Amino acid sequence: MTDVLLQVAVILGVLNAPLILAALLIWLERRFLALLQDRYGPNRVGPLGLGIVLADMIKIFTKEDWVPPFADRAVFTLAPAVIVITGLMSVAVIPITETIGVTDLNIGLLFFLAMSSMGVYSVVLAGWASNNKYALLGGLRASAQMVSYEVFMGLSLMGVVLMAGSFSLRDIVAAQQDIWFIVPQFLGFVIFFIAGLAETHRLPFDLPEAEAELVAGFHSEYSGMKFGMFFVGEYVGVTVIAAMIVTLFFGGWMGPVLPGIVWFGLKLLFFILIFILLRAALPRPRFDQLMAFGWKVLLPLSLLNLVVTAGALLLWKA
Amino acid sequence: MTLIYYLAAAVAVISTAMVITRSNAVHALLYMIVSLLSLALIFFTLGAPFVAALEVIIYAGAIVVLFVFVIMMLNLGAEATARERRWLQPKAWIGPAILTAILFAEFLVVVATEPAATGAPAGVGVKRVGAALYGRYVLGVELAAMLLLAGLVGAFHLGRRVPSGDEEDES
Repeated sequence: MTDVLLQVAVILGVLNAPLILAALLIWLERRFLALLQDRYGPNRVGPLGLGIVLADMIKIFTKEDWVPPFADRAVFTLAPAVIVITGLMSVAVIPITETIGVTDLNIGLLFFLAMSSMGVYSVVLAGWASNNKYALLGGLRASAQMVSYEVFMGLSLMGVVLMAGSFSLRDIVAAQQDIWFIVPQFLGFVIFFIAGLAETHRLPFDLPEAEAELVAGFHSEYSGMKFGMFFVGEYVGVTVIAAMIVTLFFGGWMGPVLPGIVWFGLKLLFFILIFILLRAALPRPRFDQLMAFGWKVLLPLSLLNLVVTAGALLLWKA
Repeated sequence: MTLIYYLAAAVAVISTAMVITRSNAVHALLYMIVSLLSLALIFFTLGAPFVAALEVIIYAGAIVVLFVFVIMMLNLGAEATARERRWLQPKAWIGPAILTAILFAEFLVVVATEPAATGAPAGVGVKRVGAALYGRYVLGVELAAMLLLAGLVGAFHLGRRVPSGDEEDES
């Protein structure tokens, strides 16, 4: 009985942590971005301005939840839910420590890729259901960008799979006992990182919602908590990508002295901060540049990485 | 597991019927995604998790997204929905329904007379799929690769920008 209760507690904890983290990330992003740009950011409400999280939540929950009369009502309502659901589903396969983690699926990595490819529908359907030309353009851009970058994302991870000999994320972490995969799979890491940025459509790859061109892109027509879901979904996506980077390339929970969960948290925080730093540091590319970069640079590089890794492993084992 | 299998199968049948009968193309595609997801679950319960994952990644995650992409780009609107509704008159689907009924009857006869054919091999893992693809069925893989290459060259040719007086922005 206690085992079942413990399992339920772990599941609830692991599923709620990204949501709480998403709320805190709103504060973290605004403060850290402000620091990088030599301003203060929100510093009025509560200690360190942390009260802004609560204020934001009250605001977003009490705003008028408006569905435009020209929108496709059912799909319009469904779209924001999809991104949060797929994000939280991917969290389920991530091993946080040796003992904490919802499930150890033997196809864990593929499950993550499947969920990230289902997440595309959220943005695409939101763009279509809004029945607004800016939203539609945003949705079109999103589908082209995310479908393309998914390809390199999957291919860049195959080197890791070859080295670990398993799709199970727990096995992949265990295979990094001697050396983190960042060293032999540096190219794979770089490609995965870029593809992860594009998958979560964060700046500098936020062309689906480029506010200078498309108002707010696919979520132009959204308000209230439906908009909030996209917001939360984006932060859950960032958390998941950062957690995957930690798991696949930086030895997951492994580290000296400190317990595993602390190491996992520290590494996770580091990569989330890198995501925010990139937002402050890099300009947005043009859309055709983004697509050309993906297909002409990242695809050949990820194939090369796969071939070289496979060849080296064959030689080494022979 | 048996209950999950039958539930997923029921969802697959219902959602596939909805795919055919919806007059709005995007709604039909949404039901198609549900149908593919339930198929993936069926594969999973039959002991083929790798195939299930590929079903979601390739069919639901990539191919149907391209369908949605094209339909969004055409931006059909209410007129197309009305036309689709006209096409869904009973006399349009009587013929296919009769043909499908014959196939279904044949299927029932086969299942009833040869019970051994329905048993699924337990546990089709990644290694077995890989070994089968690059061992026994390597010819099929190579033929598919050639077909895809032809498609790729064709798509490249169609999408190629004809060099003209316009400014070339290659960056």
